[in-house]
Amino acid sequence: MRLLQFRPEGIYCVPGKFFIDPWRPVDMALITHGHADHARWGMKRYLCHHFTVPILRSRIGEDIQVQGIGYNEPIAINGVKVSFHPAGHIIGSAQIRLEYKGKVAVISGDYKLQNDGLSTPFEPIKCHEFVSESTFGLPIYQWNPVEKQNEELANWVIQNQAYQKTSVFVGYSLGKAQRIMKAVEGIAPIYVHYSIHKLNQAYESVGIELPKYEVLDFREDVKHVNQGIVIVPPALVDSNVIREIPNMAYAICSGWMTVRGARRWRSADAGFAISDHADWNDLLQAIKMTEAEKVYVTHGQTAVFSKYLNEIGIESEEVKTEFGDEEEEVEVAKEVGGSV
Amino acid sequence: MRAFATLIHALDSTNKTTQKMEAIHRFFEQAEDKDKLWFLALFSGRRPKRAVSTTLLREWVKEITNIPDWLFQEAYASVGDLGETISLLLPQPTGYLDFSLAEWMDKINAISTYSEEDKKKFILDVWDNLPHQERFIFNKLLGGSFRLGISTKGLINAISSYYNLEASAVSHSIMGEWTVENSKFEPLIHGEYIDSNLSKPYPFCLAYPIEDVDATLENLEDWQIEYKWDGIRGQVIKRNEEIFIWSRGEELVTDQFPEIVEEIKGWEGNFVLDGEILAISEGEILNFTALQKRLNRKVLSKKILEEVPVGLYLYDILEFNHQDLRNQPMKERRIILENLVKENPLEHIKISPTIHTDNLEDLRHIREQARDINSEGLMLKHKDSVYHVGRKKGDWWKWKIDPLTIDAVLIYAQKGSGRRSSQYTDYTFAVRDGENLVTIAKAYSGLTDKEIQEVSRFVNKNALEKFGPVRTVKPELVFEIAFEGIGWSLRHKAGVALRFPRILRWRKDKTVAEIDDLESVKKLIH
Repeated sequence: MRLLQFRPEGIYCVPGKFFIDPWRPVDMALITHGHADHARWGMKRYLCHHFTVPILRSRIGEDIQVQGIGYNEPIAINGVKVSFHPAGHIIGSAQIRLEYKGKVAVISGDYKLQNDGLSTPFEPIKCHEFVSESTFGLPIYQWNPVEKQNEELANWVIQNQAYQKTSVFVGYSLGKAQRIMKAVEGIAPIYVHYSIHKLNQAYESVGIELPKYEVLDFREDVKHVNQGIVIVPPALVDSNVIREIPNMAYAICSGWMTVRGARRWRSADAGFAISDHADWNDLLQAIKMTEAEKVYVTHGQTAVFSKYLNEIGIESEEVKTEFGDEEEEVEVAKEVGGSV
Repeated sequence: MRAFATLIHALDSTNKTTQKMEAIHRFFEQAEDKDKLWFLALFSGRRPKRAVSTTLLREWVKEITNIPDWLFQEAYASVGDLGETISLLLPQPTGYLDFSLAEWMDKINAISTYSEEDKKKFILDVWDNLPHQERFIFNKLLGGSFRLGISTKGLINAISSYYNLEASAVSHSIMGEWTVENSKFEPLIHGEYIDSNLSKPYPFCLAYPIEDVDATLENLEDWQIEYKWDGIRGQVIKRNEEIFIWSRGEELVTDQFPEIVEEIKGWEGNFVLDGEILAISEGEILNFTALQKRLNRKVLSKKILEEVPVGLYLYDILEFNHQDLRNQPMKERRIILENLVKENPLEHIKISPTIHTDNLEDLRHIREQARDINSEGLMLKHKDSVYHVGRKKGDWWKWKIDPLTIDAVLIYAQKGSGRRSSQYTDYTFAVRDGENLVTIAKAYSGLTDKEIQEVSRFVNKNALEKFGPVRTVKPELVFEIAFEGIGWSLRHKAGVALRFPRILRWRKDKTVAEIDDLESVKKLIH
């Protein structure tokens, strides 16, 4: 019997009779992490890491039926040994390990090898079958060390202050926003959009300490943020509200900012290549560490990345999924933010 | 190169003109004279000959990074710029080489005489000793176009504001054939080399599209009305028996049009003329596609000279017997031009005729018929207008005929390069040809950012095949394509070529069954 099947509803564990990160409503969903393209609405039951529970409640609804689990705590579902292991992507993000009759599969969701100081660092898990993302599966993507990334953010804020400017950062409300807060802690007052505040609460509810911040109500006058630090989700980039911020310079923090063209297209004042995904070298390293016989490549540069894996002697196949649609994040941010 | 890298980065990260100006001014404050000169040279298209072929650069980077060619191609397609792709693929540098822009340029120029092996040694060493931004700039300096973040016009404005000079004077001073070796920055921009350089053209005067026809043309007798011709706008200079032809892109194209040069040789006096180079056969102006066959050829064969004879329609005179006429009113310049034309032999050259009517309705009618004689519409020049530098509203207007349009379906999409390398922005469209679809045009512009995102999502979900960066998509999305002209073409499968195709709008109300067919498209040609 095959352990994994790729069905129209999502990734399916055949003997376990459950789905991992399904995009259509099913009975039982194991969730790798709280981003909207992996944790969707409409499942009868959810199973995820403890830290992901408040995120799901906040994003999907308070009334969902969700069970939390710790890292490295194996449980059995229909005879399949299931355990969650740190993926290093955002808090609570997990690789899901499935073991059945001596065969092991790992579904990694989204992951990164760099330690961002907030998420539990990635742990390599040996397996027969590995399901990997490939968001930045091109060799042009090579991240700087985290310390250097943080230093660049801090320097940018200091430089803006020298020009009497307000630093506005654009980053996903879950994961990126909190990393930015850490990086610029103590330089100037931090103001965040409501959608980020809601997820900050989820962080704090599981005991993670974040720098002090204020929630910025864009319906009110925002002049007092002058020369401070404002963090907003991507949905607000093209909106008028951030233009109300006095003397602002705005920066986008995303792996896509590696490429000049992507920076220019968004016409931001600065672009920082900071990502919660693995870069090219880390994708390859992670895969090699699993010693997997077969690698299924999901969202991102699927064709390129899986072709390359085959060329270097790692059997690989592209899989069509509905992960990686960034628009989703934008829409969710709008919902969560309520009225901006 | 840090100062230059900072400048490039600043120009690159803003689209606000004032911030670009500030960045250039900061560079002027800090940089040495030679660095400024190189900056000017690079940004006005005067780069030295490429010292290393791009093929070699690609080979070397593949060797260092150990990636296969197809993966390099994918990376390149995603980035859209070779110098940037190479810089991104290379591993982190292990050291830092600190030289000024001019020193780098000297080093780069010096390697042209090196053996391939020595070139490789030099470049690999540089790659290992510059951080990404400077490595990217170094790759750009090695060759290829160097157009980053600022137009020539923006550059001229930055110089004129910093040194407190007239923009037109700076523009004139930096045009023409100067070299970094033989010039100094400040004397150059102050025009100290102009007199010695006979080839110097004037900046072209350009027109805006007309906005309010009735209000503008209330007093029709105040306007000189001409046809707008669709050829190569050219400036013909004859000074001290030397002849130069400049295109609007500030390129010397003298050698491409021997018929015109021969005829001008027989003309008396010294002058600078503005006109349009057109393909003309037996007195009739040909479709632009005919002229295109003549362009960008290294050698003009006898056959092509006979097949596509060219002529020059004169619009204006800017200088006569070394006297700058640009500040004289249009009507007086026209008289001087008419007199000059009268006194000289005319075979390939003629004066662009003016249209005389005192009735706006007649004029509208004339405009609508313009396409019949391969004209793109009308030009309206105020009789008292001076010859402006560049585009200035009010004195000159273009009143083009409405574009032709067809409905076509999207069949191929490719990710954009540069500014839009993460979205599908380059589209190929098809019309019906019997049961099949046949490619009719490529278009890159005309959609809003939001629509581009929507199309990109469609492409992601409906890609049928992949050829490298190109995706074949389900023929479903219908667009109205506008274009300025249409001609026969052997190069395109459909047998026709559209001139300046662009997307007019997305026809969400139409299905692929309602697109145009090739036969009806061909009927638009005359």
